[in-house]
Amino acid sequence: MIDLAVKIDNLQLKNPVMTASGTFGYGLEFDDFLDVSQLGGIVVKATTSKHREGNRYPRLAETNMGMLNSVGLQNKGVDYFVKETYPKLTKYNTNVIVNVSDSTIEGYVEVAEKINELERIPGIELNISCPNVKEGGMAFGTSSQMAASVVKAVRKAYKKTLIVKLSPNVTNITEIAKAVEDAGADSVSLINTLLGMAIDAEKRRPVLSTVTGGLSGPAVKPIALRMVYQVSKAVKIPVIGLGGISSATDAIEFILAGATAIQVGTANFIDPAVTIKIINGIADYLQRHQIENITNLIGALEI
Amino acid sequence: MNIPNWICLYGNKLNSVKKVIRDLEVIENKPVGGNNFILLLKSTENLPPMRPGQFCQVKVDKAPEVYLRRPFSIHSVDYKAKTLTLLIKAIGKGTTVLSGITQGERLNIVYPLGNGFSLTMEPNVLLVGGGCGVAPLLFLAQTLKEMGIIPTILVGGKTTEDIPRLEAYRKIAETHVATEDGSLGEKGLVTQHTVFKTRLAEFKRVYTCGPEAMMKAVAQAAEALEIPCEVSLENTMACGIGACLCCVTETKEGHKCVCTDGPVFDSRNLNGWNIDKASACSLPYIKTE
Repeated sequence: MIDLAVKIDNLQLKNPVMTASGTFGYGLEFDDFLDVSQLGGIVVKATTSKHREGNRYPRLAETNMGMLNSVGLQNKGVDYFVKETYPKLTKYNTNVIVNVSDSTIEGYVEVAEKINELERIPGIELNISCPNVKEGGMAFGTSSQMAASVVKAVRKAYKKTLIVKLSPNVTNITEIAKAVEDAGADSVSLINTLLGMAIDAEKRRPVLSTVTGGLSGPAVKPIALRMVYQVSKAVKIPVIGLGGISSATDAIEFILAGATAIQVGTANFIDPAVTIKIINGIADYLQRHQIENITNLIGALEI
Repeated sequence: MNIPNWICLYGNKLNSVKKVIRDLEVIENKPVGGNNFILLLKSTENLPPMRPGQFCQVKVDKAPEVYLRRPFSIHSVDYKAKTLTLLIKAIGKGTTVLSGITQGERLNIVYPLGNGFSLTMEPNVLLVGGGCGVAPLLFLAQTLKEMGIIPTILVGGKTTEDIPRLEAYRKIAETHVATEDGSLGEKGLVTQHTVFKTRLAEFKRVYTCGPEAMMKAVAQAAEALEIPCEVSLENTMACGIGACLCCVTETKEGHKCVCTDGPVFDSRNLNGWNIDKASACSLPYIKTE
């Protein structure tokens, strides 16, 4: 009997496959394609204290094996989420995690406090790594001190599982990971998008309205894998790996590198049902290698 | 009035139709002039009910430089034969690869997506298409005809090659042509065509799809005469199902996704598409006498 269940702090995941924030909407957009409740968890779109219109169009540039986006945290704000969106998500029999973002520490705390009241939301993912907003976002995630201060403040206000999503746009990601662990994070997820750029040579103009944007997709996988490997060695809290995962093999690689769970992001755009295929593929892998329990595979890389 | 079954079943909103991911077989890849081609795709099962103006997201295989799916309007549908067609112009990496696809290959598509045109019972409607932007208008014209409404069609392009599928439109309804070089139909833009300049006020609704500048000119002329105008917007998309929020357009209610809130919008709801009423009579395409 194959056991795919993993644990992230107090979260029981029926399998290690989650969806990455910003790539899976609120889950509802994917109801036609899969049974969302079969997933280990979903991380819904970033929620901020106030409504945000996001950046101007164009927000998307296709790149080799990936894409750049500069959506800029478009969302209707935490109050709208609590009143209108949350009731629609209680139908899911899986961990619904809310990605929490803002531009000030007070803003992060306000959102965390309001989400803390929602019975069916067992955890939040603190987004200190969005590269597409002028203030806040990545500014908090690229300095150990800033990262620690926002995590400490949110930790006080938030009683359930606190995951912190790390930025890869740093010199040493393990330092930031250790800083947020010491500040009270229950888990870290990595990586958010890499800051990148696309240029239209014919028009001599940047493709994105914001000039730079966040790179995601298979193109970033080797960097993500390396960072997950480094961070899982540096911290004691469970690591959630993401960055270009598109297949079960990709997911297994992240687990071998040290990830307890993984998130599927951009691949959802190419195949909306890819997450279910990844779950089945992981089970097949365990069967093939005669491993009964997925936890035996976490960090099992042989060097 | 003969109303197609699916309209009775689903009303004017098709939100209840489930989106699906399917492999469809390429029955034919037919060049139709210029860089335009038509893909005839066949399903092994019944097609989902589709509404004119809806689109599908096509996965482009065997091209590592093409990562994202490509959105295309549904050009025509034959529920009995379980086939649909896409009219595509080979213009970029994805469409160029698709132009080389051969009979018997399979295309993975996600469909039906988007809102589609709202259908009207008004007898006089005008369809204005530009270039391969005519793609969704054939399905629309067919559907209107099934409802007993014979639309008037006006298509335009730079030259004859930019007017694909003219014979198909002519089979359905009175079809007028404008080309910028005068190689076919009247010389000039669609908004300079006699039908547009002299008969626009006869129509109760205008539907348009094509280059944005053309659609804007059409929409503003319609607005000046207080005729509702629906425009089908184009946009680069990632997910196509309202999850990534990349393909937004600016509307009176803020950013809206072209993939799920559109691709069809009432032009009056779009920012920057409206006319200044006072200056409307000076617009070249408004009949002033």
